[in-house]
Parts: sequence; C-alpha cells; structure tokens
Amino acid sequence: MTDTAVHGHDSSTGISNIKLGMWTFLGSECLLFGGLISTYMLYRGRVTGGPRPAQIFDIPFTSVSSFVLLMSSLTMVLAVSAAHKNEHRKTNLWLTVTALLGATFVGGQVYEFTAFYNEGLGFSTSLFGSSFYTLTGFHGVHVTVGIIMLMSLVGIFKRSAVPGKKAEVVEMIGLYWHFVDIVWIIIFTLVYLIPV
Amino acid sequence: MTTDTTHAATSAEHAENHGMSNAGYIRIALILAAITALEVSTVYIDFGPFFLPALLIMMAVKFVMVVSYFMHLKFDNKIFSLMFYAGLILAVGVYAAFLATFKFFIQ
Amino acid sequence: MAIIERETEVVVPVTVTPTSTYGVLKRPVSATGWRAWVFTVDHKKLGLMYGATAMFFFIVGGVEALLIRLQLAAPNGKVLNADLYNQMFTMHATTMVFLFVMPMAAGLANYFIPLQIGARDVAFPRINALGFWLLLFAGIFINLSWFLGGAADGGWFMYAPNSGPVFSPTNGIDFWAFGLQIAGIASLTGAINLIVTVLNMRAPGMTLMKMPIFTWMMTVVQFLLLFAVPVITVALFLLSFQRNFGARFFDVAAGADPLLWQHLFWIFGHPEVYILVLPAFGIVSEVLPVFSRKPLFGYPFVVFSGAAIGFVGWGVWAHHMFASGLGPVSVAVFSLTTMAIAVPTGVKIINWTLTMWGGKLYFSTAMKFSIGLIVLFTVGGLSGVTHSVAPSDTQQTDTYYIVAHFHYVLFGGAVLGFFSGFYYWWPKMFGKMLNERLGGWNFWLMVIGMNMTFGPMHILGLQGQPRRMYQWTEARAGEGFFNLAFWNMIASIGSFVLAVGILLFLINVVITARNPTRAPLDPWNSRSLEWLTSNPPKEHNFDVIPTVHHLDEFFHRKYEEDPESHTMRQIATAEEIMAEQERNADKHIHMPSPSYWPIVVAFSVLVITFGMIFSYLIAAIGGVTLLFASFGWALEPSTAPESDFESNSSTPGTALDSVGNS
Ligand code: HEM
Ligand SMILES: [Cu+2]
Repeated sequence: MTDTAVHGHDSSTGISNIKLGMWTFLGSECLLFGGLISTYMLYRGRVTGGPRPAQIFDIPFTSVSSFVLLMSSLTMVLAVSAAHKNEHRKTNLWLTVTALLGATFVGGQVYEFTAFYNEGLGFSTSLFGSSFYTLTGFHGVHVTVGIIMLMSLVGIFKRSAVPGKKAEVVEMIGLYWHFVDIVWIIIFTLVYLIPV
Repeated sequence: MTTDTTHAATSAEHAENHGMSNAGYIRIALILAAITALEVSTVYIDFGPFFLPALLIMMAVKFVMVVSYFMHLKFDNKIFSLMFYAGLILAVGVYAAFLATFKFFIQ
Repeated sequence: MAIIERETEVVVPVTVTPTSTYGVLKRPVSATGWRAWVFTVDHKKLGLMYGATAMFFFIVGGVEALLIRLQLAAPNGKVLNADLYNQMFTMHATTMVFLFVMPMAAGLANYFIPLQIGARDVAFPRINALGFWLLLFAGIFINLSWFLGGAADGGWFMYAPNSGPVFSPTNGIDFWAFGLQIAGIASLTGAINLIVTVLNMRAPGMTLMKMPIFTWMMTVVQFLLLFAVPVITVALFLLSFQRNFGARFFDVAAGADPLLWQHLFWIFGHPEVYILVLPAFGIVSEVLPVFSRKPLFGYPFVVFSGAAIGFVGWGVWAHHMFASGLGPVSVAVFSLTTMAIAVPTGVKIINWTLTMWGGKLYFSTAMKFSIGLIVLFTVGGLSGVTHSVAPSDTQQTDTYYIVAHFHYVLFGGAVLGFFSGFYYWWPKMFGKMLNERLGGWNFWLMVIGMNMTFGPMHILGLQGQPRRMYQWTEARAGEGFFNLAFWNMIASIGSFVLAVGILLFLINVVITARNPTRAPLDPWNSRSLEWLTSNPPKEHNFDVIPTVHHLDEFFHRKYEEDPESHTMRQIATAEEIMAEQERNADKHIHMPSPSYWPIVVAFSVLVITFGMIFSYLIAAIGGVTLLFASFGWALEPSTAPESDFESNSSTPGTALDSVGNS
C-alpha cells in the first residue's frame, strides 16, 4: 500500500497509480458504509423492550468526540502539507497528534459503548442495538486501522526506511483518514442528531 | 463566501498540487467547527420545520468541504472526483431506492 | 526475478544479488521451479494460475451438478438425501459463480488486459498476486466445509431467515460467508488494480476509444465489481454477526425485515450476473471480427451498450423479488427497468450479427463457440424478458423455468464465451494450437448437451416443477407430452452429454501439451495488440512499447488500404513486425520483483477466518501474522532498487519502464 515507485511520466493520465487506486477504493467504500448506514436507518426505531436511541444517546459527549475527530482532519492535512515541504520533524509531529486525536475518539467510543451496555443496550438486545453497534463499530475499526497506519508511519520515518516518495505515502494515509472523518460527519447527523 | 479568498490565497502560494496554505486549512477547520456547533444547537433550539433540511444541508456542506479542501479534490485531477463521486452518487441512489421500497420516506 | 533474457540477442544479462533485506524475509531470488510460481507477481503467470484454479473448480462444480441430475433423473431419487441435496445445489451454484466464472474472467483479464493495452504489467503487481492467493484460499476454505460438518445448504442466495442458526445449525453457512468475504477482497483488489491499469497504463496513443473491446468490457466488469462487492460484504457481515455473535438482523421475533437480506443480496446479485457475462461478451466481440475478416460492426455501440448495461444493471435488482410482497409501485418500477435492460443487450446481439454479415466467415472452433453464444444467449435473454413481466413471473419464479433462464445466459453466455476464448487465445498463452477436430466435437457435444439439459427445464418449470426440490414423485409427474418424468430424464442424459463434451476439452488440452508442433506467430490473422508479442509472450511482454494509431492496431500494422481499389492489402507479415520489434528492443527493462508477502498476507487472512469459526486464539495469531506481513509488504519496494541488481554491463539500468508499484 505504501509503495510509491510511481512512474508518472509514462502513465496515460499523468497521475500516480497509487492515488488513483486510493480514490477508486474510497468510491467503493461509499457503498460499504452506505449499506451499513441504510441498515441502521431501517432498524433504528425497532427496539423490542430495550432502550430507545433518545434514552441513551449523550449528545454533548458525542459532540465533543465528533469535534475531536473533525480536528484530527486538520492536523492530518497539516502533516501532508509539511511532508510536501520536506519538513520531517513537523510531519512526524502532526502525524502523532492526528493519531492521538484518533485514539481519543476511539477511547470515547469505547466509553460510550460501555455506558450504553450498562444502560441495557447489548448487541443482541434489539435491532437498534445490533445495527447501531455494527455501524459505529465498523467505523471505529476503520479509525483504529488508520491509527495503526499513522503510528507505523511515524516509526518508519524515524528509521527513514520508507521506500518511494514519503510525501505521497503521507498523502494516501491522509485520504483514508479524511474519508473516515466524512463518514463520521454523516453518522453524527443521521444517527445522533436526527431523532427517530 | 470565504472560499473565494482562500482559493485565491492558495493558488498564489503553492500553485502546483497542494492547493492551499496552512492558514487556509485552519480557516476551513474553523468553518467546520462552527457548522458543527450549529448542528449541535439544533438539539437544544427548536428549528421547527427547518430542522431536518437544515441538518442535512449542514451535513452535506461539511462533507463537501472536507472532500474538496482537505482531500484536495477541488484542485486535483478530475478523474479522482469521477471515481469518488460515482461511488457516492451510486450509493445514495441505490440505497435511497432500497429504503423507499420499505416505505421509509413516507412513514 | 527481473531477469530479462532475450532469445535473439542477449543484451544485458542481469543477475541479482540478494544483498538488501527489507522487513524480515529476504526477497525471493529464484526464478525457477515452484518458487517461480508461488512468489511471482507476473500478470501472465497469475492469469494462468487463476485459469487453472477456475478450471479445477469448474470440474468440482460439474461433478456436483451431475449428482443433482442423477438424483432427479427418476422419481424418488435415492442418490442424495434431502440434506445432502440442499448442500449440493448450494455449493454447485456457489462454486460455479464465485470459484469458476469469476476467477476465469479474472484470469483472462489479468493475462490479456496488459497485453491489449500495450503495458508490461498491471499497476499493482503484488496486489494482483494477493488477489489470486486470496481467491484460491477462499475456494479451498469454502469447500473444506464438506469435511468439517457439512457444507452450506441455504441456496446460493442464502435467504434469511432460513440461513439462521436455527435452520442451518452446521458450520456450512459460516464457511460460506467467510469464504465469500475472502473472495470478495480478492475481487475488490483486482477491480481497483485493473481499473488503474486501464486508465493509467495504456500505451502511447491508445485513447479509450481505441481500446480493444475485450478490455472495454472487462473494465465495465471491474467497475461493477468495485461497487457491487461492498454491498455483499455488508450483507455477509450482517449474516455472520447474526450467526456468530447473536445480532438480530433477520430475526423476525425482534421485528426484523428478512427482505433486508434479499435487497442487499440482489443489489449485489444483479450487477453480479453482468459481472459473469460481460467478459464473455468481450471475448466474442474479439473473436467474431477476426473470423469474419471484418472490423467489429459499430464498435462505439458495443462499448456504450456495455457501459449502459453496467449502469442500468443497478436499477433492476428487485425483479428477483417480485413474489416477495414488495408492493405494486416497486413491482411496476422494477418491471419496467428490467424490460429496459434488455435493450442494450439486444444492441450487442445485433452488432455481432452485423459483424458477421457479409464477412468471409471462417468456422474455427473459437468462431463456432462465439456463434453458439449468440444463439443460446439470445434464448436466455428472451426468457429473461418473460420474467420481467411481473404477472408472468409470479408463475415462473422458483420453478425450473428460472433455472432454464439462468443456465441459458450463464452456460450459453459465459461458458461458451470462455471456451471461444480458450480456442482463440491458446496459441498466445501456450504457443500451441488446440486440436481443431477435437474442438469441433467438443463444441457440438457441449451445445447438444446443454440444450438437452436446460431446454427441457423450460417445460418442467412451466409445468410447475419447483426448483430446489430434492425428489419428485411419479404420482405428480402428469401425463402426455409434458410429463415431468420424460423431460427430467432427458435433462439428466443431456447433462452427461455435456460432461463428455467438457471432458473432450480436457483431453484436447493434454493432447496439445504433448504435441511438439509450435503455433505460428499469428495463427488467426488477428487484429489487436496482444498479438504483437511472441507466443507465449516474453516476461516483459513487448520488446518496445508500441505507439498506437488505430483501433485494431496490429491489423493496421499488417494491412493498409489501397487508395485505388479501397481494399486492404498486406504490407507486412506478423513475423516481419515481430523482427522489427526485436531489433529495436528497449535495452533495460526492470520488471517488478517477486515477493513472499502476497501469499503470506493471504494465508494470514485464511487463518483469521478459520479462527473466527473454531477459536479466537487462532484468529488472533492470524491477526498478528497479518500485521507483521503488512509491514514486510509496506517496507519492500515493488521493484528491487538498482543496488539489488548486479549488472555485468557497465551501464546501470536507467529506463524504468511502465511497471507499476505495490
Ligand atoms: C435480457 C436480459 C435479462 C433479463 C430481462 C433478465 C431477467 C431476469 C429476471 C426477472 C429474473 C428473476 C426471475 C425470478 O426469480 O422469478 C432473472 C433471474 C436470473 N437471471 Fe436473468 N435476466 C437477464 C439476463 C441475465 C444474464 C445476462 C444473466 C447472467 C449471465 C442472468 C442470470 C440470472 C440468474 C442467475 C437468475 C436467477 C437467480 C436465482 O434466482 O438464483 N440473467 N433474470
Ligand atoms: Cu437480475
């Protein structure tokens, strides 16, 4: 994934393979999250005895963690920008901050899941429970994968063992990271802010 | 809106592929934060009939801003936009039709 | 690895010193024996491996089909019990769709797309290898369920709630779901890879509208895969979460809508049927012009109707659900869109017919298979239109009439197309011609067998024989010409005729392999760029990357139009063109280097899925290896750096050629 032996000069469109591949992948991911979100939308009101969404959602808390994730997109883009300018220390700094913000978000999610579980919403409690945990869990896994990639990148950069163009690698992980963020923008509105 | 100014500032700075300056990014982030605050406020302030459309529009605006500026789609080769928006539009179309068969929109 | 030795003149014998170690394992350096295959990233080798795997599963699926037909040949069949019968038809369809047709198409795409667009490899050679290994492991994994408690038994569309643990307590469906998940990753990575390859790695001058039609149809297929695979991924996750972690998605007691599964499955499923058939359309569109000695009639129409099919194919899925109580509005809408999709399909049939019209037809085996496709696919298309009329479909749905329809489109379409491609491209892939006489037998037995097997199913279905019924009884078989007993018997006999036809193909392969005669360079007087290479192509495909001026570039290098008579006259032979290529060969070509990581990553994924079923500890081990292997992958440059090559020549390689990354 992080190979960047790109031969821009002889590609038919003049753009890099890996970036085109990444955008193609993100196009495909739209259908993945679309399916999960639609499943949730279909089932969000079906609670069979368990808690209803409005009873357990903690909007202030989730707003803060959404904000944290949103800001991690800013730090990510600053990392990309630093990488393009060959500012290695800055790149590493912003990548680390991004990973930390991401970890804060995931931590918040873990806390939220625990709280919901204690309030009676298990994975098997109701259709709402199953589809809520599946959707947000998938998103959480995506964020976690992103964090692993960011941290690995920092580690690899420290040993400066990255093959190919560094800046492009950062940019690719950035694209992934922003995508995860925009998915959350949708989830935040559709799941949390719009009541059933 | 602010987008015009940021755009102008950027093309001056690094014209090639970065698209924007760090200050530009921070400005975008501030706008995003402001919209988020507005979104959250809908929970506490009664927007009446505008509630749903307002939320959806704000969501779309945030989405497009991140995609266009943070992901550089606005400044990049059009083929990237084609790939991404093809997936997005297809997803919205197909899943909306899917929910419609469950009479989701006329509850 | 990366050793390019030309047969004619040895320019730079490049040898490799395994000095640099990236990650943990040394790069594989051996280019001989089994390692040359297991660690390869060469698109041609991978294409052949896909093809061999697909052929193997074709035989597995075929044996399953024969068992089904044996069971149904006579009343009260005793060959299989009800439980085994359910597993048999489920696995037959799963194998044929996911482990034969899709991998075979992937194999041909892998082999021929780079050749047809004048590239030396795909954009991401290692991801290509990963896709193959994932697919192979998925196939093995799904089939292991036979020996580990029983295979999946819910039908290939695995409707809920029948697929829940209550109705299917064995691990079969878990194997099925996880296995298809792995195959899905393979398809998705393959799709991204080929899309980037086609968009980005075409030879200079090859605009999209000069691209060979097979590549075009394959590109449409990759887009369908790109967007359809994630939908089935979601569906399979929901199913697995329900079966393994107690989610409620299809649990009616919790208020679930089992139609959720049907929708997700068919949103994927209808694009999937075009994923299955468009490759064959591409092959036929290559073969017909060559053996009609005419260009393809209306190339842009064939391209755009292919794209239109890819598009409209997204709006018809609920025609599989007409009997499920969708409501009148949905039924009417989907009925209309389904009728509409027959139009671009019809356009193609007209184009093929007009390609042959007035041509100098040469009935090679490849040509026969292509003509067979036109005729038999049309029959299937027509029965398709009869189900698009919802009131009529309510009579047909879940009967053998549906089985007849999809076998005419799949066997008459996809399979005949592949066989046409085998006969046409065999000399390109293996440097030898398949025996044409045996080919004739192969063709006629397959066509007769297929019509005997699937033709009667129209009658059986309209007489009311349901699909997926493990026995039928004399008492309910009816009398007269349309009695079920007679037509079931015919269908079963036909299936064995068909099997003999396919066996002849395998015999033909063996005979051809033993035959020392080499194929001529351009045996069919072909038109597209893949014939601008030797038979089989060299590791680096093209000695010189061609500059393209025409659709049918190779043809235009051989022929030009006489300004007076306006007929085509030959200006060069294929041999002369090849000799010219070799004289101007690029001096330094660095091909992507072999790698251990694709197979290691794929194997880790296999271990994880195993663990999901048997023990989370195993899954965790798989997870750790996956992480480890991903690091190895990421740290290994796809083409070994200059320092890894110890060149005998004093000039270090400079011209990095159009081989991609990852
Ligand atoms: C002319 C274009 C076509 C039309 C109008 C059409 C229409 C239909 C309809 C309405 C059904 C559902 C019938 C039912 O279950 O009651 C169906 C089933 C099916 N079609 Fe087609 N079809 C067309 C072409 C194809 C092609 C090209 C393929 C594959 C290569 C295909 C494969 C299938 C399969 C596999 C099923 C059965 C799925 C199942 O129930 O297991 N069809 N077709
Ligand atoms: Cu269909």
